[in-house]
Amino acid sequence: MDLITPDFGLFFWMLVTFTLVFVILKRYAWKPIVQALREREENIQEGIDNAEKARIEIENVRIKSDKIISESIVERDKLIRQGREIKEKIVAEARVEAEEEAKKLVETAKKLIEEEKVAAVNQIKVQIASLSVEIAERILRKRLKEDTDQKELMNSLLEEFKLN
Amino acid sequence: MPFSLQKTADTRVNVLYNMLRIAAIILILSVSASTITATGADENPLEDVKFEPGAFIFDHIGDAYDWHLFDIGGKHYSVPLPVILYTREKGLNIFMSHKFEHGYASYRGFRIITDGPEKGKIRVVREDGTIDPDAAKPLDLSITKNVTGMFFAALLMMAIFLTVGRSYRRNPMSPPRGVQSLFEPLILFVVNDLVKPAIGEKKYVRFLPYLLTLFFFIWINNMLGLIPIFPMGANVTGNISVAAGLAVTSFLVINLSGNRLYWQHIFNTPHVPLLLKLPIPIMPVIEIVGMLTKPFVLMIRLFANITAGHIITMGFFTLIFIFGEVSPAFGYGGSVLSVGFGIFITFLELLVALIQAYVFTLLTALFIGMAVDDGH
Repeated sequence: MDLITPDFGLFFWMLVTFTLVFVILKRYAWKPIVQALREREENIQEGIDNAEKARIEIENVRIKSDKIISESIVERDKLIRQGREIKEKIVAEARVEAEEEAKKLVETAKKLIEEEKVAAVNQIKVQIASLSVEIAERILRKRLKEDTDQKELMNSLLEEFKLN
Repeated sequence: MPFSLQKTADTRVNVLYNMLRIAAIILILSVSASTITATGADENPLEDVKFEPGAFIFDHIGDAYDWHLFDIGGKHYSVPLPVILYTREKGLNIFMSHKFEHGYASYRGFRIITDGPEKGKIRVVREDGTIDPDAAKPLDLSITKNVTGMFFAALLMMAIFLTVGRSYRRNPMSPPRGVQSLFEPLILFVVNDLVKPAIGEKKYVRFLPYLLTLFFFIWINNMLGLIPIFPMGANVTGNISVAAGLAVTSFLVINLSGNRLYWQHIFNTPHVPLLLKLPIPIMPVIEIVGMLTKPFVLMIRLFANITAGHIITMGFFTLIFIFGEVSPAFGYGGSVLSVGFGIFITFLELLVALIQAYVFTLLTALFIGMAVDDGH
């Protein structure tokens, strides 16, 4: 048979075979294959998308937790600072109070001392008074004997007092 | 997805499977039975025939009414194939091709022409056995060598893709296994790297069944053409009729899917001076010629590439016999070189088999893409 002359018989059988193969494979092979491949592709794409979504979510959570941690650090520092301030304030207040208390005590002590002093001076005064009375008594008693003696005594007594 | 529907589809596939099995068994049985008849029937000596490389090569790449296997001891051994002839006078005649005894005998008033421009065709003969030039040519629908090879390829294709399709239908989400994993990359390649970019994301799905059938039909026929063992090794895609048939399907699909814009481009091409359309319709004529040249070029390309590959391979092997006629030692020595080159060319042909299937499918897809393009 000639190489480049188309032969009707072969041409006819070729079209028949090709059409049959096409019709059968279209129905029972290509449709399920293409559909399955597309489904699988979509499934894989969905998986990838979900993974990406999860990754972003995790990233967000990480950012959030980082934020929370940094905020809590700030909070902690603030609390510590506040605590220190409160402590200092309390200490300062306590010191002021203590000082005041001490002052009060000193004052009371001073008052007491003053009172004691006054009391002592009074006592001294009383003693002086009684001494004077005694002296006067002794003078009076001597006067009854002689004048000169009296004078002498007076002087010696005075001398005594001066020495005191 | 309704379960019952899926199940009926599955049972239908099973029915198809059984039909395929029966067809394969019939093919094998008929071949083995007929090989014996051929051996007995054929007793035409081949002695003193000078080796003609040209005729040898063209006999091997051409079509034939029987499937020649080998010659031993001056005898042809070949598988007879059904001859189907119809003439108005004689009606329908169906018989096996070994009745012709390789063209040496006429049968039921028919004979194979052995030389001249119509060599290899069947013509009506007169009572004395000479060809009747006045008789009408018979309508020849014989199952020739190429038709048998093509049937085998079609059966193989259905066996492969029904299996693959079934495993996809059963577990669409599981990773591919067995034959499925062999063909999935190819299917994905055709779908994603060939059809999708050529036609466009929106419209490609509709054309997938045709283009996938086309690609695998060409590829499997090309590949089987490289295996020189019956029932493979017929030069199916390298035959102009088969290439023409494929081009016709391509032409039909391209033009039947053409949209308004496509036809407007053909009959009233925009951005072209009116003088080119009226009064002499130069542009429409050019466009219509273009419509026809597209599939014509596809046909020529496939036919020429595959035939060329077969001719070169056969050429290297005929060198052995040409050298052998000079001296046997020269023949043996040359055979080493010839076989080496033959193997090299066969490897090249493996690549060409895929490339030609790819090119035919890609160009058809591109032409479809142009035909359905809506101007965006």
